[in-house]
Amino acid sequence: METLMSILVGLLFAIGTYLILSKRILRIILGTSIIGYAVNLLILTMGGLKTGAPPILGQEALSFTDPLPQALLLTAIVINFATTALILVLSYRAYQELGTDDMEELRGKEDE
Amino acid sequence: MNNLVVLPIIIPLITGLVLAIFNRQIRLHRLLSLLATLSISVVAILLMNQVAIDGPQILQLGNWEAPFGISLVADMLSAILVLTTGIVVSCCLLYAFASIGRERELKYFYPLVLFLLTGVNGSFLTGDIFNLFVCFEVMLVASYVLISLGGTKLQLRESFKYILVNLISSFLFLVSIAYLYGMLGSLNMAHLSARVAEAGQVGLLIPVSILFLIVFSIKAGLLLFYWLPGSYSAPPAVIGAIFAALLTKVGAYAIIRIFSLIFYHDPQITHSLIGILAGISMLLGAIGAVAYWDIKRILTYNVIISIGLILAGFASFNQIGLTGSVYYIVHDMLVKALIFLAGGTVIYVTGTSKIREISGLIQLHPQLGWMFFIGTLSLAGIPPLSGFVGKVLITGGTFQADYFWLGGIGLLTSLMALYSLMKIFMNCFWGNTELTPEMEKGSTRGLLFPIGILAALTFLLGLGAEGIYQYVELAAKGLLDPGIYIGAVLGSNPIP
Repeated sequence: METLMSILVGLLFAIGTYLILSKRILRIILGTSIIGYAVNLLILTMGGLKTGAPPILGQEALSFTDPLPQALLLTAIVINFATTALILVLSYRAYQELGTDDMEELRGKEDE
Repeated sequence: MNNLVVLPIIIPLITGLVLAIFNRQIRLHRLLSLLATLSISVVAILLMNQVAIDGPQILQLGNWEAPFGISLVADMLSAILVLTTGIVVSCCLLYAFASIGRERELKYFYPLVLFLLTGVNGSFLTGDIFNLFVCFEVMLVASYVLISLGGTKLQLRESFKYILVNLISSFLFLVSIAYLYGMLGSLNMAHLSARVAEAGQVGLLIPVSILFLIVFSIKAGLLLFYWLPGSYSAPPAVIGAIFAALLTKVGAYAIIRIFSLIFYHDPQITHSLIGILAGISMLLGAIGAVAYWDIKRILTYNVIISIGLILAGFASFNQIGLTGSVYYIVHDMLVKALIFLAGGTVIYVTGTSKIREISGLIQLHPQLGWMFFIGTLSLAGIPPLSGFVGKVLITGGTFQADYFWLGGIGLLTSLMALYSLMKIFMNCFWGNTELTPEMEKGSTRGLLFPIGILAALTFLLGLGAEGIYQYVELAAKGLLDPGIYIGAVLGSNPIP
C-alpha cells in the first residue's frame, strides 16, 4: 500500500509541476493546489498507513496507529486552503487591474 | 517553565485581533500597536537577563512533557533576536504613522504588521519543527497581504510572483518535515537532535538536511534570491524596511538553528555547502548593487550581500565566527531598517527612485543626508559603527576555519556595498540643488525621528560592543554546544 501511495505522490507532483510551468495564472494556481495534495498524502504515508488499532485509551491491542501525521495534515490543509483562497482573489484582482493572465506579459523590471 | 516565553507571541496576536474589531479607530490602532511592540522589547530584555543567569527558558505548552507537546524555547539567540525585532518594528511603526497614508491604515495595516510580528517571534521562539512551519506561514500570509496592500499595478504583479515562490518553498518545507518524521519519528527539535546524534548523520539524512537548506535558502535569499529584488521594491518604503529587516533574517535564523542543533555532525558536507552558497550570493548581490542606478534596487541587493555575510560567519562554525554572525544579524536588522527608511524618504521627497534624476538634497535635508551617510558607513563596516565589530569577527572566524576565500569575498563585497551606497549618497545629496521646497512631493515631518533612533542605535551598538558582547558570546556558545539546549528542553526525562 505504501508503495502505491508513493507512486501516486510522485504522479501528483509531476502533474503539479507541469501545470506550474504553464503560462496562465489559473493553471499555475491549480498546479500549486495539486502539489499541496501530493504533500498531504506524503505526510500521511511517511507516518505509516494503518499499522494497528486506533490510538484510543481502553483499546486492547499490541500496536496503535500513529495519530500525529493526521494532526499535521489537518494543519497543513487549513494553511493550504487559506493561501489558495488568497492567491485566487489576488490573481483575479491582478487580472482586472493588469488586463492579462499571461505570465509572459507580467515579467519585466521597469516600473510601469 | 516560564510563562514569559509565550508573551512575545501572544501580545501582538491578541492586540492585532482586538484592533481588527475596531477598524475605524486609527488613533487607537497607532497607540496600541506601538505599545505592543514596546512591551515585546521589555519582555525580551527580561528574558535575556533570565537566560544569562539561568540558561534557556522553556515553556511546555498545555503542560505536555517535552518530546510529545510543543515546547517554546528562549535561548540567548532567540531572546536577542526578539529584542531587536521589537525595537526595529517600533521604529518602523513610528515611520508608518507619518508616511503610510490613511487608505492603507484603514485597510488593517497595523493589525497585519502585528500578525507578521506574531509569526516572526513565533519562529524565533519555537522548539518544534512543525510549529516552525506554522509560524513561518503566519508570517508569510501576513506578508502576502502587506506586499499587495494598496493594489497598485506594480504591487499586484510582483506580489503574485512572491506568493508563488513562497508557496512552493512551503510545500518543500512540509516534504522535508515529512521525511524527517518518517525517519526519526519526532518533531521536537531537541529530541530530533538527540536522535540524529544516536543514529548518526548518515545515509538519507544528508539529502534531507540539504532539502531543509534549499527551503530556508529560498526564504532567506541565500543564492535562491531571484524573487527578492522585485518583490521587496514593490511595496511602500516602510513595508520594504520591515521585510528587509525581518523576513530574510528569519530564514537565516532557521538555517543557523537547524544546522547547529540537528545537522551539525557533518560540517564537511553541510557547512561547507552553506559557505559556498554564502560566497556566491555575496558576489552576485554585490554585482547587482553596483550595476543598478535605482535606489530601491541597490538597497534590495544589499540585503542579499548581508545574508551571505551572516551565513559566511555561520559556515566557519567556530566561536569567533558564530559570535560575529549573531552580532551581525542584530546590526543588520537595525541598519537595513535605517537605510531602507532613509532611502524611502528620499524617494518620498523627490517622487523618483532613479538616482540620476536626483541631486543636491543635502541643502534641503541635511539631517536625512547625514543619517543616510551613517547607515552607509555602518553597513560597510567603518569603526566605530556597529558593522565593524561584526565584520571583524566574521572575517576572523572564516580565517580560523581556513576558509580564506570566504573571508576575502566578504571583505571585497563590503567594499562593493560601500561603493553602491556612496553612489546613492553622492548622486542624491551632492551636486546642484535643483529641487525647491515647493516642488517636493512630500514633507519629511515625523519621518526623521525614527531614522534618528536607528542611527543612534547603530552608534550605540558599535561603541557599546563590550557590554553587548557577553550576551552575543553566550548565544554563540549555545549554538556550539547543543547539549545546553537539549538539556533545557528535555530536562531529566530519559529520552524515549
